[in-house]
Amino acid sequence: MRDIFRNAGHLIRPAVVLLAALGLFILGRGIFIPKTFGQYGHYDAASLDRIRQRPISYAGQDACVMCHDDQAKVRASGPHAHVACEACHGPQQAHAGADDPSAHKPVLPDTAVLCKRCHEKDAAKPKSFPQVVSAEHSGGAACNVCHTPHNPLRMKP
Amino acid sequence: MIPGVDGFMYPNEVELQWSLLIVLYPYITGLVAGAFILASLERVFKVDAVRPTYRLALLTALAFLLVAPLPLQLHLGHPERSFEMYLTPHRSSAMAMFGFVYLWYLTVVLLVEVWLEYRADIVRLSKTTSGFKRLVYKILTLGSDNVSPAALRIDDKVGYAVTVIGIPSAFLLHGYVGFIFGSIKANPWWSTPLMPVVFLFSAMVSGIAAVMVLYMASMKLRKTPIDMSCVDTIGKYLFYTFIIDFTLEMLDLIHRTYESDESFRSLDFMVHTRLWFSQVILQIILGTLVPLLLLAAAQFLKLAAGVRRSIYAVACLLTLVGIFAMRWNVVIGGQLFSKSFLGYTTYKVQFAAREGLLPALGLMILPFVIFVVLVKLLPPWGEQPGHASASGD
Repeated sequence: MRDIFRNAGHLIRPAVVLLAALGLFILGRGIFIPKTFGQYGHYDAASLDRIRQRPISYAGQDACVMCHDDQAKVRASGPHAHVACEACHGPQQAHAGADDPSAHKPVLPDTAVLCKRCHEKDAAKPKSFPQVVSAEHSGGAACNVCHTPHNPLRMKP
Repeated sequence: MIPGVDGFMYPNEVELQWSLLIVLYPYITGLVAGAFILASLERVFKVDAVRPTYRLALLTALAFLLVAPLPLQLHLGHPERSFEMYLTPHRSSAMAMFGFVYLWYLTVVLLVEVWLEYRADIVRLSKTTSGFKRLVYKILTLGSDNVSPAALRIDDKVGYAVTVIGIPSAFLLHGYVGFIFGSIKANPWWSTPLMPVVFLFSAMVSGIAAVMVLYMASMKLRKTPIDMSCVDTIGKYLFYTFIIDFTLEMLDLIHRTYESDESFRSLDFMVHTRLWFSQVILQIILGTLVPLLLLAAAQFLKLAAGVRRSIYAVACLLTLVGIFAMRWNVVIGGQLFSKSFLGYTTYKVQFAAREGLLPALGLMILPFVIFVVLVKLLPPWGEQPGHASASGD
């Protein structure tokens, strides 16, 4: 019996190495898993607060309409009525939330690039959705040369 | 029109999310499982003829296993977060569970088996080498230099037990890779319970072929004669395993064709167009039928040793290409068609990008570099002690 222990003694060593690795793993879990993990579900509950503390980027279209009522009316009369302002103009909290909005004037989007994102011809889109092969339709000219972007059915004179 | 897209494709299907690196992941994991199964032939099933490849197969499995998670890491946008899969695994995540299967296989099966197999050599080398090498071997002995016949007998028995545990572990390792694809019910190209079984047998085929190629190349480099009874036996097992693998794949194909569910016309069209070269030419004809015919010729015709060697080399290399094509067709093929079954997209491999051809080539070379280091550290050559007493009978 003693012989078996003596001759099998070396097998304890890899077992100790594996157990030490397991111990390190358990210790690592204790250190790295946030205390608030699992409070509400399979995620870190504190991440909700962290996300909430991030600066707001989008002002929301109510804020836009407060000052740009004229443009909002044009938009409401056309097929873009349900497209939010910031979908095309980008996040505008820096502009809308500033004490002096004119100091943070947004850059106007380039319609030659912007409109194609939705209206370039794509077989995957429903046929009823307005789409054009822009190279054939306008030869690369900006869309707002002819169309009014807030209501594209209204053509410019 | 979007270049490369035909017909109706949903916007989120146009660009493939799983790239060439995700093709490499099941390919490399399969080589590990297959190499280990070949090693177990000698250890557990007492196929003495394949003894010259036993250690080589273990080192091959270890070299490829160390690289197996790297394609996944390169694919991730935030690889540093992958560690969280181990910290807070979700039971419904097949990938998270796979992480533990991988760790189990690496630590409890492969490292322990390699250590037990090489312990006598490690102790000897820790006494006969000097400098840094001596230090490495000293660490690898884990502080024990007991290599008495009684201790080695115990190593043999424990090694046998580890291999017995290792066979279902290897099956689990690669069966799981198949499960990750087979369980995706939204994709008719993947969603079949046969997927884990097909992956498993194709893994065995690729692993056996890889070890055979490595063995023959090593013998050539060392200018040592190839043990013909060894390669003939491996060729025989490769042939049998390949027949089972091919039968399973054909069963899947016949089942799909006969069932002809709503996805069939779309998938059939894809196989005849976008996947024609990779599936029909590379995988089925060059990667399966040709090696099967070559292996059959070596089995049933009386050919000279030199001819048989050439046949094995060509058959194994074609097999490795064919199994790679199979992984490609599964991973890439499953993303080329629209879930509307009305459109198809194209996959263009980038070159020097994070998921491009260059890192993929690097990842395929890396296991061979690790293999060479392992062979230098733990030479698998020379007269190897048998494992006759290992089963305890």
